[in-house]
Amino acid sequence: MDDIDRSLLSLLEEDCSTSLHDLAVMLGCSDEEVEKRKANLEKDGIIRRYSAVINWEQVDKGSVYAIIELKVAPERDHGFDRIAARISRFANVRDLRLRTGTHDLQLLVKGKSMQEIARFVAEHIAPMERIRETATHIIMKTYKENGVLYVEREDGQRLPFSF
Amino acid sequence: MLSVKTDNACHSRSDNKKRDFISDRTKAIPPSGIRRFFDLAGQMEDVISLGVGEPDYSTPWHICDAAISSIEQGHTAYTSNTGMEPLRRELAGFIQDQYHVEYDPASEMIITTGVSEGLDIVIRAVTDPGDEVLVIDPSYVSYSPCVTMAGGVPVPVPCTEKDRFRLSPDVLMEHITPRSKVLILNFPNNPTGGVMRHEDLKAIADVVIDHDLLILSDEVYAELTYEGHHTATASIEGLWDRTVTLSGFSKAFAMTGWRLGYICAPPDITAATLKIHQYVMLSAPTMSQYAALEALKNGKEAMQEMVREYHLRRNLFVDGLNRIGLPCHVPEGAFYAFPSVKGTGLTDFEFAERLITEAGVAVVPGNVFGNSGIGHVRCSYAVSRQELTEAVRRMDEFIRSLP
Ligand SMILES: Cc1ncc(COP(=O)(O)O)c(C=O)c1O
Repeated sequence: MDDIDRSLLSLLEEDCSTSLHDLAVMLGCSDEEVEKRKANLEKDGIIRRYSAVINWEQVDKGSVYAIIELKVAPERDHGFDRIAARISRFANVRDLRLRTGTHDLQLLVKGKSMQEIARFVAEHIAPMERIRETATHIIMKTYKENGVLYVEREDGQRLPFSF
Repeated sequence: MLSVKTDNACHSRSDNKKRDFISDRTKAIPPSGIRRFFDLAGQMEDVISLGVGEPDYSTPWHICDAAISSIEQGHTAYTSNTGMEPLRRELAGFIQDQYHVEYDPASEMIITTGVSEGLDIVIRAVTDPGDEVLVIDPSYVSYSPCVTMAGGVPVPVPCTEKDRFRLSPDVLMEHITPRSKVLILNFPNNPTGGVMRHEDLKAIADVVIDHDLLILSDEVYAELTYEGHHTATASIEGLWDRTVTLSGFSKAFAMTGWRLGYICAPPDITAATLKIHQYVMLSAPTMSQYAALEALKNGKEAMQEMVREYHLRRNLFVDGLNRIGLPCHVPEGAFYAFPSVKGTGLTDFEFAERLITEAGVAVVPGNVFGNSGIGHVRCSYAVSRQELTEAVRRMDEFIRSLP
């Protein structure tokens, strides 16, 4: 992992549709070298996949997202890992993290309605062994996600010419 | 109740004879050749402007926030003439750290209202009527007018493409006369992106010392150096005593609107310049000084992030220019490319005028920056990569449309 790899990763993170040639020109190396580096980063699992950042709130007004916090009794030898693995298999669980603070696990869950999310928590999450407490927070509006702003920002106008 | 009379306004214009009040010195400043480009750009829609000499970034938010807090806390009074002490101290550390030059924050530093003010007052502080001031050419548009207004005589010294837009000692020598007193340098350079490396500066140091000249070194683009590290003029052996370093926050920290810069100079020159500063400016804007302090303390990472991005854009854009047949020397600093348009058969003015009207891309004709800029255009790559790519596409189409 050198500086070129790091720059390549930032460029791809920002726009993974940038052509191989443009990447090569910007990084000051050959097309072949970029292709090789990219393949290695994929092979090593550093690049997980290529995806688009989509503001779904704008597309299907019907979706609901919720942050769900769980207090969990850890297992001897396994801590939180086994229960986390189990929860992560649900397709509607978008993010799952172990964190410090009042709760242990934090999930981001997508659903069609508040009722659907309530049902998911009540039927699938809360009854699991070792779950001590759940707290569900419905997301009302997203302003920024993964470093991308979702709210229109008025950028300062620059003069067309200045010296 | 107050009544306002609107019909009988007292600012009437009369045609009684008055003399011409404009001073000869002001008249000696040539009118800007660029006005009509402003007008053209104003009339057109969907123009990609590569004509802008400032970052496309907004100031990093933590810097803005520091200024807002300073206002909330009521820090809205003048500061000391030289600028806030903590800012000068932090700055001295920054300059030492980055450029290995030592300045005493108490007696060798003035915080100014941009490099613009710094240039004006330092030129006034050192120029007597008739003194010749050597000004590298092409260069930033303010230098020669400031010299003229101070009663000095600007003498252009060409830095041409064959010298990679650097100042060669031989060319410098050719322009020195017994009246030469000051040399104005600006590297990384606006408009060429040219950089003087350590050895290039060493090569002119002897000439400068032999002829007992003072250097005014505008290093406002210092942080925007892509090949290696910036060399400060004052760091060259024998030059500290005869160098005034001017720089500021506009470019590296994306802070053009804050109007904040600084002068570093030997104590006698600092004291003389301070006399002018205290009468014409009193002190630089206080909230901007708080912003600058934050920029120096915690802004380096955001700055380096922007510099990395300019570097990538430079590679992308210069490759594009060369590919479409506008030969372009690789600019090692600042955020300008300065390609030659001689191959198109158009003058730089014609090229720029037709490019904006026929292709919707705004660039600045090179001769705005002096005679040595003739045949080139200045393109700023401080715009998004998407815009750069589209600009290259439009320029390519335009060039192909020429007979
Ligand atoms: C070479 C050079 N010096 C000085 C300035 C002005 O800087 P400031 O905003 O600090 O007045 C500019 C701005 O374009 C510049 O290009």
